[in-house]
Amino acid sequence: MALESFAEGTSPFHTMDAAAKIAAATIFSVCTAMLTTIPAAAVALIAGSTLLFIAQLPARILLRRLVFVNIFIGFLWLTLPVSTAGTPLFSWGGFTVTREGVDITLLITLKSNAIITAFIALLATSEVTDIGAGLAKLRVPQKLSLLFLFTWRYLHVILEEYKRLSTAATLRGFVPKTNSHTYKTYANLIAMVLIKSHDRAERVSNAMKLRGFTGTFHSLHRLPARKADTIVASVIGVTGVALLAADYFQLMELL
Amino acid sequence: MHIAEGVLPPVILASCAALSAGGVFIGLKKLDSENLMTTAILSASFFVASLIHIPIGPVSGHLILNGLLGLLLGWVAFPAILIALTLQAILFQFGGITSLGVNTLNMALPPVICFYIFRPMFTKGTFSLRMAAFLCGMTAVALSALLTSGTLALGGDNFLNSAKILLASSVPVMIIEGLISAVIVTFLAKVSPQVFPFTIVSPAQTTTPQATPSTTTE
Repeated sequence: MALESFAEGTSPFHTMDAAAKIAAATIFSVCTAMLTTIPAAAVALIAGSTLLFIAQLPARILLRRLVFVNIFIGFLWLTLPVSTAGTPLFSWGGFTVTREGVDITLLITLKSNAIITAFIALLATSEVTDIGAGLAKLRVPQKLSLLFLFTWRYLHVILEEYKRLSTAATLRGFVPKTNSHTYKTYANLIAMVLIKSHDRAERVSNAMKLRGFTGTFHSLHRLPARKADTIVASVIGVTGVALLAADYFQLMELL
Repeated sequence: MHIAEGVLPPVILASCAALSAGGVFIGLKKLDSENLMTTAILSASFFVASLIHIPIGPVSGHLILNGLLGLLLGWVAFPAILIALTLQAILFQFGGITSLGVNTLNMALPPVICFYIFRPMFTKGTFSLRMAAFLCGMTAVALSALLTSGTLALGGDNFLNSAKILLASSVPVMIIEGLISAVIVTFLAKVSPQVFPFTIVSPAQTTTPQATPSTTTE
């Protein structure tokens, strides 16, 4: 299973410095999350989609991912329009859909998708190790960025281990069903994965201590900060702040 | 049980993020180069567990295992879960930057609570090992479901129905988490007790000591 679905590519975002991208994505996301009007949220979604367009990601995986993210939103569409009090739009079978309900769900849909599109365009286009280095650059506590890098490293090991055992179970005729045998099999499988990983962690930890590991990690490959990255990041950040300001002072209504 | 981006009002997002930051801070204080590897492994396991889909009747749910994580890590569960959720956000876009705080709080606070409730039970042997592990796994998921629907309900009265549906739908997951945690913990205690940073005392041990192999050799 390839976990980094979008990390390969040649778009400007793929070569951009991860720290700049994290900063830009954070500012844009926070500003968008605070929007309160539908026009502003729509503009944010356009901005996010533009970023996604620039990133030139494989369309099929991207579409599937966006649909999946919108399942939760779809669930809100089922409940929010009928459970919000306000002016009724239409009634059907005892449920009344209100204008306010539709408005708030639409606002959430736009905001959520705006943040996700920008997030995919900016962060999913980096390799996770680069993001780890970017976090360290942004003065995230060192233990946290180390934990991030090691977790990413071991994720693959554990996933491999799990897949190996699960293949072995399948070869022995295991078909998951809703019964206690299935749950027991899964639990034993996971326990086995945990034990093997724990032993490995112990060995690696000892090996690292022998090589003088004291809690600092020296990265060998370091991308120099480029001026263009700072400018692009600032533009994205300022777009977010401008949208929030327009939303707050209700400038959209003037248009 | 992720709350998506852009759903909750900024006040709730900010306060949850602040609480999570506090938890992560305490967790990092307790994290040193000694237990860094084990934490990374468990954090990665938490991520992998969320990829394992288990059939529940006609649908399927994924494992969470945050109860187990809390039992093994205590407060360190906060940074471990923060990392796992960050990776989920980057790789699969489940949640994102602004909802990271609330999702971390909902997933990591219950393990810490379970740590305080259930670890004494394991070291004192209040219940049988299997029962304690079942309760620990179930409680963690139940609390997570409660917190998630609670924060959703705080978003406004109109979120109340969504919150109720979310809570009701997580009941089968709770039971299955409990069952699976019970089997995992008994397996670990039998095969590799050094995984636990504490000694497990089970009430069964006092009545029938682990002397079955030696009695057969006599």
